[in-house]
Amino acid sequence: MSGPLTGEPLALEARNITKRFPGVLANDSVDFALEKGEIHALLGENGAGKSTLMNVIYGLYSPDEGQICVDGKEVAIRDPNDAIAHGIGMVHQHFMLVPVFTVAENIVLGSEITRGPTLDMRQAERQIRRLSEEFGLQVDPQAVVEDLAVGEQQRVEIVKALYRDARILVLDEPTAVLTPQEADDLFRIMRQLTDRGVSIIFITHKLKEVLAVADHITVMRRGRVVGTTTPEETDEQGLASMMVGRDVVLEVDKSPAQPQQIVLEVQNLSVQDERGVVAVRDVSFEVRAGEILGIAGVQGNGQTELVEALTGLRAPQSGRILLDGREVPFHNPRYLIEHGVAHIPEDRQKHGLVLPYSIADNLVLSTYYREPFSRGVQRRQRPINARAGALIEEFDVRAPGAFTPAGNLSGGNQQKVIVARELSRRLRLLVANQPTRGLDVGSIEFIHRRMVQVRDEQIAVLLVSAELDEILSLADRIVVMYHGRIVATLATAQATRDKLGLLMAGSGL
Amino acid sequence: MEGTIVHTPRPSSISRFLRNYGVAVAVVLLILIGSGISYSITPLRTTAVLAATLRASTPLALGALCGLYGERSGVINIGIEGQMLLSAFTAFLINAYVGNLLLGVLVGVLTGAVMGLFLAFMSVTLRMDQIIGGTVLNILAFGLTGYFYQQGLTTPGKLQPIPLGPLADLPLVGQVLFNNPPITYLTLLLVALSQYVLFFTRWGLRTRAVGEHPRAADTVGINVYFMRYANVIIGGCLAGLAGAYLTLEQVGSFERMMTNGRGFLALAMMIFGKWNPLGAWGASLLIGFTYAFQTRLQFMGTIEIPPQFFGMLPYLLTIIVLAGFVGRARPPAADGVPYEKE
Repeated sequence: MSGPLTGEPLALEARNITKRFPGVLANDSVDFALEKGEIHALLGENGAGKSTLMNVIYGLYSPDEGQICVDGKEVAIRDPNDAIAHGIGMVHQHFMLVPVFTVAENIVLGSEITRGPTLDMRQAERQIRRLSEEFGLQVDPQAVVEDLAVGEQQRVEIVKALYRDARILVLDEPTAVLTPQEADDLFRIMRQLTDRGVSIIFITHKLKEVLAVADHITVMRRGRVVGTTTPEETDEQGLASMMVGRDVVLEVDKSPAQPQQIVLEVQNLSVQDERGVVAVRDVSFEVRAGEILGIAGVQGNGQTELVEALTGLRAPQSGRILLDGREVPFHNPRYLIEHGVAHIPEDRQKHGLVLPYSIADNLVLSTYYREPFSRGVQRRQRPINARAGALIEEFDVRAPGAFTPAGNLSGGNQQKVIVARELSRRLRLLVANQPTRGLDVGSIEFIHRRMVQVRDEQIAVLLVSAELDEILSLADRIVVMYHGRIVATLATAQATRDKLGLLMAGSGL
Repeated sequence: MEGTIVHTPRPSSISRFLRNYGVAVAVVLLILIGSGISYSITPLRTTAVLAATLRASTPLALGALCGLYGERSGVINIGIEGQMLLSAFTAFLINAYVGNLLLGVLVGVLTGAVMGLFLAFMSVTLRMDQIIGGTVLNILAFGLTGYFYQQGLTTPGKLQPIPLGPLADLPLVGQVLFNNPPITYLTLLLVALSQYVLFFTRWGLRTRAVGEHPRAADTVGINVYFMRYANVIIGGCLAGLAGAYLTLEQVGSFERMMTNGRGFLALAMMIFGKWNPLGAWGASLLIGFTYAFQTRLQFMGTIEIPPQFFGMLPYLLTIIVLAGFVGRARPPAADGVPYEKE
């Protein structure tokens, strides 16, 4: 680990940065100091102001107040060109790559090498190969970007910054899209870069990663810097409290389940995916009132199709689904909604919300046609608004107002809108598919607490998750799916990570 | 997403070339073979049809290039018809009153450029729906030319063919390729130049980046708005040239609605050619050939079919081609999407 080198000027210093957006103070007198050759983690929940600060440093936003110094000298950064000229490179969370261009074309874009009026791609490719050897970043300059895996695309983004002589590299949520193996690769690359004198700002909300790779950690909350620390001085619990501003329960606190009668019974269900391949094979299980049944499994083992069949979005090939002992018609979402089935879908933006609609309208998506939200063919706005106000309050949705389009909310707040809508009806069964994917600590804690609360109200809960920690901490019983079949059913008390991991990989016990 | 390094097989350069320019290659080959056979039977008629093919394809190719510059930078231009029509009109008026053909062409080009500027203003600065913006251009042109149209106005002459020395005396090719009026020659140069500019220069790389992923271009310091304005105006110049071709080179006078849907056909040529200048040119040749062929059929008059049916040929072929043969043509990803800086 490369420690701070005393006496040398800071690679980057942001002083007193303030940035206001209409109705929001995104950055409130933020100070941030990056030493040469260090990995400095910038930690915070969604909406804490991390991305705003980085966009100010990269010249995409102009700050209302404050200065930025590079190598001890104050600089003016008005647009990305200025940032690039001062050696600042940024790898955005959503990659800024043109999918149909080659790797080389993407890297040189904006700083092209030409011979006369003609692009000199050979020369560019030579330079890229040299950079990729020097920094140990494998990229193929002639490959087309859309053919590359996510991890490779990220390497292209890093080479793109190095090609512009970046000495300061900003990585915005770089691990959000990576598999654990790809993330490990990235951390190795980050170390190689700092060994060669590059300074890295690493934006994230994943606590384990921060402790593993950072030299310094700066925590932001609601537009302000809460403090700067090092991995030696703190731990997960400490960082989580700094991020959220109060003590956070990382473990879910719940009493033993008291299962009652069977609510959902699935008998010999088989479901095909859209290509006509059997995705769910002859699956049978039941969920009782007052228990959480967890479905564990690596993604793509039939969970999506199973949930779609249970929520009426996909017609099964064979089998029966019984709700409170009565057989359910296939492919009929409204029947299920009216009989008390709630659904937190896997893809909240695609299947959970109508993004251009307001929060208020999204909150009545399953009830808009009933009293008091409509009378005859006419919608009644006042009860809809009143309901929205109450739910926003109860579920702590952070938004400028009930008429904000759902698409403008952060992921955590979008999920809260869905949870608010689904849990505010008369309920018998809650089906939650990856309910906390991509969310920050505070929102995860909130959603977990609500799910346990729902269980304690004698409602049956079916939880599908690829996160083992989530299954182990929430579920009362666990079934493991592998290649469309249920390969094991066990009580959570008997389940360990190793045991589940083996079952999920298809090796029986 | 499994391994760290996934090497996907890269299509060979030949198969990539065929995928992009298959249309152009097939059309040129077909015309070459067909005309070879036909030349051995009726040399005179073959020569006439082929020469007419090239000329009929000229406004289509120019219009397609106009659409292509716009769409490659992310602006849909369905106002090509209007740009052509108004340019044809202004070019004709200048020639009629001033009597200078070159000045007429320049004013036609300028008219197209100004209309391009207007379209860019609507779609880039005002972020209007681009289909509406293009429709505004069309209605404007239909209205202005209809209102100021003067019946019986004639011009002193039109652009004449320029034989290129001894090349023009070659059998078949000489008459078809080397004995054409100036805008027809210029179009061939512009097609080649556009192909070069779009795929082998800094300007082209940036234009395509802005049309595919404007935010990515923005983050590396490319001015998205400037690129879109410039490319739409370049397109306007080309549509203006197509308009000037119609009045000053092909017909020699102005008629109401004389573009006759060529601006829209040009868009189809652009799609058929998969947003590549060479491909669009090949598609234009194909439709140009049906124009020439149907004219020839009407002149022969040996078959008892109303001439209107022959007149339908180019449009019919366009429908067939667009409906069935385009395959997976993929427009630029940000085509038609206004860009908003954060």
